[in-house]
Amino acid sequence: MKLSLRDVQKTFGSNHVCKGISLDVQEGELVCLIGASGSGKSTFLRCINLLEPIDDGAVYLDGQDIAVPGLDPEPVRRRIGMVFQSYNLFPHMTAVENAMLAPRRVRGVSRDAIRPEVSALFERFGLGDRMEHYPDQLSGGQQQRVAIIRALAMRPEVMLFDEITSALDPQLVGEVLDVLLALKADGMTMVLATHEMGFAREAADKVCFLADGRIVEEGPPDVLFTAPKQPETQAFLERALK
Amino acid sequence: MTRLIVAGALALMGTTAVAGGHLCYEGKTLTEGKLTIATGNPAYYPWVMDDAPESGKGFEAAVAYAVAEEMGLSAENVVWVRTSFDEAIQPGAKNFDINMQQYSITPERDQMVDFSEPYYAAPMAALAVGAVSETEATLDALKGLKWGAVGSTTGAQKLINTIQPSSDPLFYNDNNDVIAAMQAGQIDAALFDLPTALYLSAVVLDGGTILGQFPADRADTPDLFGMLMEEGNPLKECVDAAIMSLTESGELAAIEAEWLQDTTGVPLIQ
Amino acid sequence: MTIADEGSGKPARTRRQIYEDGLRKRSLMIAGTSTVAVVLAIVLLVPLAPGWAAVKKSFFNWDVFSATFPKLLDAFLIDVMIFAWCAPAIAVLGLLIALARDVRNPALYPLRIFSAAFTDVFRGVPVVLTVYLIGFGIPGLGLPRPWNSPYIWGSLALILTYSAYVAEIFRSGIESIHPSQRAAAESLGLSRRDTMWYVILPQAVRRVVPANMNMLIALQKDVALLSFIGPVEIFRQAGVFKSLYANFTPYVGAAVIFLAITIPATRYADYLMAKQRRDRS
Repeated sequence: MKLSLRDVQKTFGSNHVCKGISLDVQEGELVCLIGASGSGKSTFLRCINLLEPIDDGAVYLDGQDIAVPGLDPEPVRRRIGMVFQSYNLFPHMTAVENAMLAPRRVRGVSRDAIRPEVSALFERFGLGDRMEHYPDQLSGGQQQRVAIIRALAMRPEVMLFDEITSALDPQLVGEVLDVLLALKADGMTMVLATHEMGFAREAADKVCFLADGRIVEEGPPDVLFTAPKQPETQAFLERALK
Repeated sequence: MTRLIVAGALALMGTTAVAGGHLCYEGKTLTEGKLTIATGNPAYYPWVMDDAPESGKGFEAAVAYAVAEEMGLSAENVVWVRTSFDEAIQPGAKNFDINMQQYSITPERDQMVDFSEPYYAAPMAALAVGAVSETEATLDALKGLKWGAVGSTTGAQKLINTIQPSSDPLFYNDNNDVIAAMQAGQIDAALFDLPTALYLSAVVLDGGTILGQFPADRADTPDLFGMLMEEGNPLKECVDAAIMSLTESGELAAIEAEWLQDTTGVPLIQ
Repeated sequence: MTIADEGSGKPARTRRQIYEDGLRKRSLMIAGTSTVAVVLAIVLLVPLAPGWAAVKKSFFNWDVFSATFPKLLDAFLIDVMIFAWCAPAIAVLGLLIALARDVRNPALYPLRIFSAAFTDVFRGVPVVLTVYLIGFGIPGLGLPRPWNSPYIWGSLALILTYSAYVAEIFRSGIESIHPSQRAAAESLGLSRRDTMWYVILPQAVRRVVPANMNMLIALQKDVALLSFIGPVEIFRQAGVFKSLYANFTPYVGAAVIFLAITIPATRYADYLMAKQRRDRS
């Protein structure tokens, strides 16, 4: 098992956001988290790469518990890439500098050494001519692709995607989802919180429906989407697929 | 020397306060029947003792009362106010008839305000502290010191024009700041009028020494203290007459001897 | 007021444009007329005031002005010099203090306390007092020349005071950067230090450039406070001339010199600030 979460608990003050979430992700699997806004998907993702320290429970990466309190989160975060809904590119750097910063500072690779690898990523995802642009000179879809490239430049073993198409105009969603399909073909292990039901249905290996800080139901997409067992899941899908 | 010349000139003019049955000052003062005199805030020894000019103690306080009396005003008709230098020279209505704070008479200042006849000729003196106290009282030796002065005094001018120090002098707001800079070792020596220098060396500055005084006749502008009045003040003629009469009678010299007697015996700067 | 000629190839102006041009012309006329009227009133009425002749002689005396202005310019070079070494020192120290308030290491806790106390103290004391206390006080401990120079300790007083303000400006800049930037950097495995240095600070510093420009303008003027402890810079030189001539015109001359520097600088700061507002909207 590449990634394994056991009974993850997270509260913010009196707000209990994750009420004991467990999830297994196999190497090369694409897992989609669906559920209404505020159901805890985002927080759950942030707990996986330790952006939010969890209160209780365990996160195993390759069988090793990485959520032990007091453990340095930095080495773990290098192995887990994350892409955000609002891109969060560094606005004062060009696209290519955005992508090279972490390899240079964290992996200690020189600009010259990392540049070919990063350029190849830009070429591959159709941004070869946008490398020297600043984020505000790029469209939303382009920015989000740069954000994915920035995470990939760290050669992560697992990628987390937090509603990465929610802020995009509808006609730009496709270009970003295509990137995910390409990564899946590469065998990347991915967890994706999304509202794109069509994409989850076609591309996911497993879909989890979250509500109120819990996984209510999980299973292969054709099962979950066509024959949900829980009434909550049925109600959500009815609304979402209308 | 200067004083003698002044006294001689005055003797020729021969004036009195009373002319034709009425007193000269009448109708010319701020408040009828009162003479309003300004001093500094605070006023310093030995010009005014204990910052209390009403006592008549201290050279300028004593001169003030003598002048008032000469003009025909009794002591209780003298009113004291305080002003800074800037207030003394600003245009517009003044809150004093005459202002006495060791103002040196210069031709430039005279264009803006009126000065009375001089009541004192102040030699400039060099006050030093610390290791340089042994410096010879010659211009050549003094040039090498690090100098300071109060920026608003003629001492600052004399420093630049006569001593011409080899490194840039530092100028300050008042006597206390000059002393602070001397105590901090930032300057070696400073120029004051002699009575002030004597006071500072005796009372305020530990280890202060007077290196010497500038003879009045060697200065390009001998420092004569005058009472400052608003330009065109009609009272000037009355004040002048009083001062000349006091000079003539020797009373001014007597006041000076009483309050500023220590000024003799300071070596001259060659 | 005609619609652009037909056939000239120029696009005709819209009705809205014609209307707005008319409005603009009218408001320009009104603004121009009222400005001229006010200026005329000042120029014509002030000299009628009974004290004008005396004021003119004391404050706007051409003879005094021309005699003193060149030396005031010379003295201004000292202000420029003091400014030139204070400004970079303030930037560095202000930044260090801003960063010190963010340290997490418990061993460095005294540093946090110190920087908090530092900003409180030096923002709370009038600059001129700091100049006096440090400028006379520290040399009074017995430092040998030239280490007791009022230039050194007076400059230090300015540097400490202004660093306290600039540190707060930097901090507000740092805090204005959205937490998502930090999250993005940390999700890439960047250390806290690298996150601050490569991601947060470059954005924060840019954002506070206009505020810091205003601090520079204020510093430019406060350099004159060093005159209190000895240096004969422009303000002191003007004061010396004032006593010599018993005339305030040298102060007017000094003000002219200051304005020649600060007005363009203020305009530039305003321009930067307006630009930033545009960029952000």
